[in-house]
Amino acid sequence: MRIEHWFYTLPLRLRSLFRRRQVDQDLEDELQYHLEMKIEEYLAKGLTPKQSRQAALKAMDGLTQKKEECRDLRGINAIENTFRDLRFSVRLLAKSPGFTVVAVLTLALAICANAVVFGVLNGMVLRPLNVPRPESLYGIEHGNEYSMTESYPDYVDLRDRNRSFDSLAAFCPTQVGLDTGNGSARSYGDVVSGNYFDALGLQPYLGRFFHASDEHGANSVPYLVLSYSFWHDHFSDDRGVLGRVVRINKHPFTVVGVTPPDFHGILIFGSPDFYVPLVDGDEVQWGSLMGSDLLHDRGNQWVFMTLGHLKSGVTSEQAVADLNSIGVDLDKAYPKTHGKTRFRLARPGLYGDYLGGPAQAFLTGLLLLAGLILLAACANLGSLFAARTADRSREIALRLALGSSRHRILRTLFTEAFLISLAGGGLGLSASVALLRGLSTWQPVPNIPMRVPVSPDGNVYLVALLLALVSGLLFGLVPVRQVLRTDPYQIVKAGSNVIGMRRVTVRDLLLVGQVAICAVLVTSSIVAVRGLVRLLHAKLGFEPRNVMLIDADLNMAGYRGEAVLAMQKRLIEALQKVPGARTVGLIDFVPLLTTYVNVAPVFTDQAAELKPSNAAAHPAIYRISPEYFQAAGTALLLGRTLTWHDDQNAPRVAVVNQEFARRIFGSVANAIGRYYKMQDGTRVQVVGAVEDGKYAMLTEDPRPAAFVPIMQGPPTGTTLLILRLDRNRTEIASAIRNTLRGLDAGMPAQIQNWNEGLSIALFPARLATVALGVLGLLGAMLAGTGVFGMAAYSVSRRLKELGIRLALGAQRREILEAGLGRALKLLAFGSAAGIVLGMLSARVLASIVYQATPRDPLVSAGVIFAMLLLGLLATWIPAQRALSLDPVTLLREE
Amino acid sequence: MSRPSDLVQGTLDLLLLKILALQPLNGWAISQRLRQVSGDVLQVSDGSLYPALHKLEQEGWITAEWKTSENNRRAKYYSLTRLGRAQLEKEAASWTRLSDAITRVVRLEEA
Repeated sequence: MRIEHWFYTLPLRLRSLFRRRQVDQDLEDELQYHLEMKIEEYLAKGLTPKQSRQAALKAMDGLTQKKEECRDLRGINAIENTFRDLRFSVRLLAKSPGFTVVAVLTLALAICANAVVFGVLNGMVLRPLNVPRPESLYGIEHGNEYSMTESYPDYVDLRDRNRSFDSLAAFCPTQVGLDTGNGSARSYGDVVSGNYFDALGLQPYLGRFFHASDEHGANSVPYLVLSYSFWHDHFSDDRGVLGRVVRINKHPFTVVGVTPPDFHGILIFGSPDFYVPLVDGDEVQWGSLMGSDLLHDRGNQWVFMTLGHLKSGVTSEQAVADLNSIGVDLDKAYPKTHGKTRFRLARPGLYGDYLGGPAQAFLTGLLLLAGLILLAACANLGSLFAARTADRSREIALRLALGSSRHRILRTLFTEAFLISLAGGGLGLSASVALLRGLSTWQPVPNIPMRVPVSPDGNVYLVALLLALVSGLLFGLVPVRQVLRTDPYQIVKAGSNVIGMRRVTVRDLLLVGQVAICAVLVTSSIVAVRGLVRLLHAKLGFEPRNVMLIDADLNMAGYRGEAVLAMQKRLIEALQKVPGARTVGLIDFVPLLTTYVNVAPVFTDQAAELKPSNAAAHPAIYRISPEYFQAAGTALLLGRTLTWHDDQNAPRVAVVNQEFARRIFGSVANAIGRYYKMQDGTRVQVVGAVEDGKYAMLTEDPRPAAFVPIMQGPPTGTTLLILRLDRNRTEIASAIRNTLRGLDAGMPAQIQNWNEGLSIALFPARLATVALGVLGLLGAMLAGTGVFGMAAYSVSRRLKELGIRLALGAQRREILEAGLGRALKLLAFGSAAGIVLGMLSARVLASIVYQATPRDPLVSAGVIFAMLLLGLLATWIPAQRALSLDPVTLLREE
Repeated sequence: MSRPSDLVQGTLDLLLLKILALQPLNGWAISQRLRQVSGDVLQVSDGSLYPALHKLEQEGWITAEWKTSENNRRAKYYSLTRLGRAQLEKEAASWTRLSDAITRVVRLEEA
C-alpha cells in the first residue's frame, strides 16, 4: 500500500521539485482551458465578450489564490523553506565573520581532537585483523599472567588435543640477518607453524604457502614466504622471485610465495618481512646457540603466541574449559616444568591483555578527555549563540511583532547552528585525517620498523560527522528559551538592555561548566608532565649517560659453542682500547632497552620439590661479564662483584639486587654467602648485592634480579657490549666500528647511545604527555576564549552604564569591578569546581599516566596559577576597553 | 479552505472520486458533470475544483495526463488509480453510514 502510494506520488514530487516551470505552466494551461470554456458558455448565453470574461473570472473564485493553493498542495514548500533558511543563515553568518570564524574553529578543534583519538582507538583496538572471520580468531593467554608464550611441545599438545579450534597456529617474531643476494641485512620476520596460513584462512598473493603436511621433523621445510611489502620494496614486484634461494643467518631458504598485500602479520603494530616454518626455527632462533633443543624442551617457552579460529558453535567458555583440561593433563605429566597451567582467550592483535589492556585503558581515558573538550567547546559555542541571540533580541522582537512565528525564528537559529556544526565538523575532520595519515607513517622507535595502522576509515568519518551534528544540536538548543520568552512589546519599547542583567543566566552556568571542564584538562596535562619528569628522574639502577651500546650479532656471524665466549672476551679487550673508553662490560639483555626480561623460577636452598608452584621468586636473570656493573654504573652495596675466575670450573655464583635479597633471604646483609637453587637443582651462591633498578619497564614495581657470569652455563644468545666513555663523545661510533671490523669484518653490529635506546621505555610516558599536553592546551584555549567572550560581551553591554558611572566620578577599580567582576567570579567558581573534579578523576588519570596523583600540591598550585593567568589574559582586552571609555563620546552616541 | 462551506467536509473528495470512477474527465467536464448530476444543490465554485483535484492527485488516488479534448484542444484528463478506487469504496461506505445515522436521527425528531 505504502509502496503503491509512492509509485504514484514520487514522480509528481520529483517533477514539482526539478521541473518547476513545466509544472507551473501545466497548471496555467489547465486553468486557462477551464476559463475559456466558461467564457464560451457565457457567450452562448448571450453576454458580450467583456461581460463573459468578467463573469467567468468571478466564477473561478479568485484565480491567483487558487493557483497558490494548488502550489501549496505539491508539498515541497517545506524543502523550499529550508533552502530559504539556509540562504538566510549563510547571509547572516557572512555578515558577522568574526563570530563565524571563532565558532567554526572552536568546533573544528574539538572535533579534530575527538576524531584523532577515536581514529587511533579504531585502528589499534576496534578494527579487526585482516584475515577471514576475524571475530572468531583468538589467542591463548595464560590464566595467571598476561603472557601467551608456550614451549613448542606444549603448543603441539594444545594443537593436537583441543576440540575447540579449527586449527591452532603458532608464531614467534624474530630478528635475523637476511641475505637476498646483496649481503646480509637485518630483517624482521615471523617463525610460524606449518599450518599458520591455513589456520588463519589466508590465500597467497603469489606462489604458494607451506602447510602442516610439509613438516617432517626438524629442519624439514626450508621454505620462506615473503610479505607483500618486502617483496614490493626489495624485489620490485618481480614474479620470478619464486624458487629463488635466500639466506637467513647463512642458512638457505627457498622463496615459495608472497602474502596478500593487506596482511601484516598478527601483531597490529608489527610488519614482518617474511615467514619461515617453526620446525626450521633452530637455524633462525637462538636454539642452537643456547644448546637447547627448542622442538623438545618443555621448559623453554619460546613460542610467542598460539592462536586460531574457534570452531563455529563453540563458545569461548567451552574452549577455555577444553584447554584447561589439557592444562591439567600437562601439569600431571610434567610436574617439573608445569605449575598451574590455566588458559584464557584474548584478542591476538595487541598480544592479548598484555598490551591490549593498557592500550584500551589509555585510549578510553583519552577519549573521555577528548569528549570533555567537545563538551567545553559546546558550552563555549552555546554561550556565543546565547550572546548573539541577546544582541539580536531587537530584531527577533521586530520579526515576532510583524507576525513571524517563534517556530520559524527557532528554525533560523537551528539552521545557523547546523551550518556551523557542518563547517566545523568538516574542517576538524580534514585536519584529523591529515594528522592520522601523518601518524600512520610515524616510526616511534628508531631501528625497529613499526606500523601504526591508524589511517582513517569510514568509522572515523561517521563518528566525526555525528559528533559535529550532535554538538550543533546541543549548542543550538541554548538560545531556545531566550526566543520563547521574548516579549516583543517590552523589547521594542525599552531597547535590548532590559533582559537578564542581574539573574544567573544560562550563559553564566555554561561558562562555569566550561571553565570547570578546562580546569580538569589543565590538571590532567600538568599531572602528565609531572609524571614524565618523575620518570626521567626515576632511579634506573644504572647510569645511561655517556654510554655506547654495541649489539654484536655473533649468531649471524656464525659463532657457535665455545667460540662465542672466546669472541666475547676478545671484543671486550679490543673495545677497552678504543680511545676514550673507561670500562667495557657485557650483558645478554640490556635493561629497559626492550621490554624483554629473561625470567626463571628460583627456590630456597631448603626447597625439596622444585616445582614452579614452590618457587620462592621469579627474578629476572641477566648474564654479565665481571665488568658490567662498573660499565653500567650500578652500585655494589655489599659483598664482591663477579670475576673472570668465576668460570665453568668454579662454583656457581651470582650477584643479586636488593629486592632479590629481601624476598629470599630477608635482608641484603643476610644474603651474602647464602645459596639459592635453580629449577634444575643447581645451587648458586650469592656473593654480592647491587642496588635495585628498572628492568622491563620504567613503571614496574621493584622486582628481583640476579646477575650471573657469562662464563658459567651455555654461551649467551646475544652479546651487548656496554662501553662507558670518559666524557660525551659523538665521534666514537666510527672508532668502535673500526675496532669491530678489525676483529671480524663479517659480524653485523648496531651501535647506539644508551640514552637514545631508552626511548622505547620512555615512549608510553612521552606519548601520554604529548597527548594530555595537547588536550590541556586545547582546554585552556577554549576556557580562554570563553572567558574572553563573556568579559568582552558584558563590558560592551554595559558601556552606557559604565560611561555614566565614569562621568559621575567612579574610580578605575570600581569600573573594572562592574565590568569584569562577574566574569572573574565565574572563572573562580569554574576553576574551583574543576580542581575538585580533577581530584576526583585521579583514577582515570592513573590509567594514563605513571604515578598520577592530582592531589600533589605542586599540581594544584600549577592549575590555580594556570587558571589565574588565563583569566588575566582573557580579561585584559575587555578591561582595557572599559578603562579607556570616554563618557562624553559614549553618552552622545547612544 | 478549498471547500465551500455548504458542502459537508470531505464530501467533495467522494464526489470527485465517484465521478472519475465512471470515466476519465478533464476539470471542465468534471464541473459540468457535478452540476448536471446534483442539480444546483451542491454548489462547487469552478475555482475550488482544482485545489481539490490536485490534492487527490498528490494523495495518489487519481492520476492525470494531457489528452486532446472533444473540441480538439489539449486538456488535462484525470482518472482513478487502484488506490483511488479503494479510497472511494472506503469513503462511500463511511458516507452511507453517516447519512443513515443522520436520517435516523432526523426521523426520530419527526416522530
